[in-house]
Amino acid sequence: MNRIIHAALLACACVLAAGAALAQQPLRIGVVTFLSGPAAGPFGVPARNGFELVAEMTNAGQVPAPHNTKGFGGRPIELVIIDEAGGPQKQVAEFRNLAQRVDVVIGYISSGDCLAIAPVAEELRKLTVLFDCGTPRIFEDATYKYVFRTGPSGTMDNVSAALYALERNPNIRSIAGINQNYAWGQDSWTDFEAAMKALKPGIEVKTSQMTKLFAGQFGAEISTLLSSGADLVHSSFWGGDLEGLVLQGAPRGLFQKHLVVLSAGEPAINRLGARIPDGTIIGARGPFGPFAPDNDLNRWFKNAFQERYALPPNYAAYKATNALLGLKAAYEKAQKAGAATPNQDQIIAAFENLSFDGVGGQVRMALGKGHQAVMDNAIGTAKTVGGQLTIVDLKRYPAERVNPPEGLKSEAWIKSGLKK
Amino acid sequence: MSNFAAVVFDGVVYSSWLFLMAAGLTLIYGVMRILNIAHGSLYALGAYTAASLGGAWIAAGYAPAGSFAMLALAVLLVGAVMGPLIERGLLKWMYGKDEIVLLLVTYAVFLILEDAIKLVWGVESKLFSEPYALPGNFAIGALVYPVYNLVLIAVAVVTGLALSWALYYTRQGKLLLAVIHDREMSAAMGINVDRVYLATFTLGAMLAGLGGALTAPMIAVSPGIGVEVIVLSFAVVVVGGLGSLGGAALGALMVGLARSVAVRYWPEGELFIIYFVMALVLIARPKGLFSAPEARKI
Amino acid sequence: MTFDRTIASLAVACGVLLVAAPIAPQWLLFLLALALAKGLVVLGLLLLMRTGLVSFGQGLYFGLGAYAAALLAHRGGLADAALMIVAGTACAAAVAAILGLLLARYREIFFAMLSLAFSMILYGLLVKSSALGSTDGFHVQVKHFAGIALAAGVERRVFYAASAIAVFFLGWALHRYLRSHWGRLSEAIRDNELRVEYLGASVYRVVYANYIIAAALAGLGGAFAALAVGHVDPETTYWTTSGEFVFIAILGGTGNVLAPFLSAAIFEALRTVASQYAPNVWQMALGVAMLAIIMFLPGGLWTLVRRRAA
Repeated sequence: MNRIIHAALLACACVLAAGAALAQQPLRIGVVTFLSGPAAGPFGVPARNGFELVAEMTNAGQVPAPHNTKGFGGRPIELVIIDEAGGPQKQVAEFRNLAQRVDVVIGYISSGDCLAIAPVAEELRKLTVLFDCGTPRIFEDATYKYVFRTGPSGTMDNVSAALYALERNPNIRSIAGINQNYAWGQDSWTDFEAAMKALKPGIEVKTSQMTKLFAGQFGAEISTLLSSGADLVHSSFWGGDLEGLVLQGAPRGLFQKHLVVLSAGEPAINRLGARIPDGTIIGARGPFGPFAPDNDLNRWFKNAFQERYALPPNYAAYKATNALLGLKAAYEKAQKAGAATPNQDQIIAAFENLSFDGVGGQVRMALGKGHQAVMDNAIGTAKTVGGQLTIVDLKRYPAERVNPPEGLKSEAWIKSGLKK
Repeated sequence: MSNFAAVVFDGVVYSSWLFLMAAGLTLIYGVMRILNIAHGSLYALGAYTAASLGGAWIAAGYAPAGSFAMLALAVLLVGAVMGPLIERGLLKWMYGKDEIVLLLVTYAVFLILEDAIKLVWGVESKLFSEPYALPGNFAIGALVYPVYNLVLIAVAVVTGLALSWALYYTRQGKLLLAVIHDREMSAAMGINVDRVYLATFTLGAMLAGLGGALTAPMIAVSPGIGVEVIVLSFAVVVVGGLGSLGGAALGALMVGLARSVAVRYWPEGELFIIYFVMALVLIARPKGLFSAPEARKI
Repeated sequence: MTFDRTIASLAVACGVLLVAAPIAPQWLLFLLALALAKGLVVLGLLLLMRTGLVSFGQGLYFGLGAYAAALLAHRGGLADAALMIVAGTACAAAVAAILGLLLARYREIFFAMLSLAFSMILYGLLVKSSALGSTDGFHVQVKHFAGIALAAGVERRVFYAASAIAVFFLGWALHRYLRSHWGRLSEAIRDNELRVEYLGASVYRVVYANYIIAAALAGLGGAFAALAVGHVDPETTYWTTSGEFVFIAILGGTGNVLAPFLSAAIFEALRTVASQYAPNVWQMALGVAMLAIIMFLPGGLWTLVRRRAA
């Protein structure tokens, strides 16, 4: 009889231990970001740094409130990081492999990859959080249960830029653009042009330069812009192309003769600093970097990142962090709803329509039937003070002003005159 | 009128840059019958080396004017190190194989060098803009241009003239021409073809490095700049005729001007104007503009 | 009829692949589907290489096949996989019939360069077209095969099975072709074109026909790849994709129709492993592998098989 009781107690102990061990089994998060190629320097690597830093800090419980629990509600997290390079076909293959090894996937900077991956995530029923890509098409063209995006879409960048430029310079009569000839550049220019035309009908488009991606050299294009006589020049350039544009355009007077808008220019602030001429309008694709409001969470993030990596975080790092924090908030909300170790469906239910404190401001999953985030936006003007580039005349736009309402496609919304 | 002058000037600047790349490529093909895909990586190496050396020079506090010397030093380094390394270390073992196989060998070298560059210099872009701003600006009509563009054109013209003088008027150059014309016969005549190969590849590597080093002050030197350059230089070389220096110059001029006109008047077409030009030339003259008639061996 | 080891091996291999269709895990199925699709493209390259031509522009037809198939579903309203496959192949063959008239006159580097130029022109056109999604491409969702509606989750297995069957028949057909009159003529052209002309055969016609066959195979591969991945984008027409196909061709060698599929499978597996464990050096690894093959196994991996068999 004793032996049976002993055996039963041992069995209970084992089950309890196993249960506890299961709860402590780390949540495996697959992270996909550019580790090679031209997008690695400006976006991929800062994002990876953000992921690694915040994952470590989260596990140690060192993130400020309201994210100060250790891990995800007590459960440690583990990152499995892979490279986003190679194009959508390759990324679909990688995703199928990754999905087997991890519980959740966070990733994707390139819109092409996001568009290819979202249906695959739905097919494999794997919770996937997109953190950076800009195309609004993801939740405007389709509905997903397993896919979320914690970063606002690219529509916001160019609508805010148009609003800001016209508010401060109501006499603009003509615009020109220099954008990279691929989906991102094309969409950015289309959005900006449409927004300008909606806000000030009759505005003239002098020229739209579409440069080959990573061309790096823009002598002829800059000459064309300078001869065009446009009042404003818009560019969604990033990385090496953006740096080349500033290096080649500034000495030639591009920034003096025209009001230049760099809708995704924030990462260049760290790289080019005072080389960006005064008066340039710069956007950060959200309230990130120098546009982040001053509160505990933001201060903590900036200091921790700067201390670890000797550089301030740029918007890629901010958006990466928001994806992690959003997932954590959803996980913990599901826990509060009753499940000690929430399963995927419970996390999804908690994530939908969630509002959480992200770095840079509040993130609300308000579009795409609760799957697409919106944030307020902020745009400012560059001015070098004491050798350092600072942002002056910072203007914040509430999320509803610069994001389309639920159910309306971005393109149609802009054309309708940005109706609320 | 000044619009037209600007378009021409922009075209000539771009052509100069193309010529530097194409010259090395066409020489290597002419002598060694190798279409060197690794040329793009040598260009990238030139740019990175120039950016590193120049950056170090500026950071050490020396006169910015001296940074031009750093550009020259970078070119010499790239040519003197990579040329013999690739030629003696690898290509020597591959001579005699099919042309296409040699092309794939250089493609393999390109892949290896791309990752090697990333391992050495990392993924962040490198800036070295001092030489670009230093010489100041000048104006064509209402448009302001940096004098550096004139430096680029000057270097390209001088290089082209020096190369053609060396090829046609010096003994070594004539030996090179002989090898281009008929390798077997030259070897039979006692020319040390091995040494000619080494010299040619080193020279080609230096020219690619020169292209990269001169470009470095204009751009942000970042991973992947080598890839774009390859297809462009190939197109120019094929248009001009493989192995012909004059062809490379003319091809560069045609492509550069066509691109400049496209950018000004038809910006959308800029993406594939170069392939149009290439296809058109090849249709009209299947072996390129300045190709020598080749005797067919039966 | 003598026992043909190649056809037997082909039959066995495809049989195994078909058996795996209902039971293999998703990721393996995907890997194999892509390997089969790319293998088809490389099969076409094998034919061209046996004719003495290396095409750096097969990406043109690979992309055309993918886009034609996808557009039939997306815009044409005919979301039937069997029709899509036919459409992809037909489109590629049609374009090749026109371009081949020009390209069949070129040899060596110029053939390679001109084929590259055409593939880059298509790339430029696709990138320019925002209606086709530019560099983002668009999604391909298909639920029917030859009129039969497929249950959710089953369609990928069905497409994979279809590609295995296609590979069997096409491998067999090409194997017979290479042994036939025209196949032997192709190799003769590679050896010495002028003599073939003197012997009275039309070099131009053989090259033209081979070019169209290679293009059709590439288009078919593109359609299958589009079905497997579920997404099309212009990257398939970029010259680096064509370079990849040439690499796979060299890796496998031109010895046998099985070689392209073998090397495509090895390539896909290697790339997955390399990008997981060595993301920073996988290009270097690829380059070193290529050099090793060229130096030590110039006939490609297939020479290993042949050596053991002999």
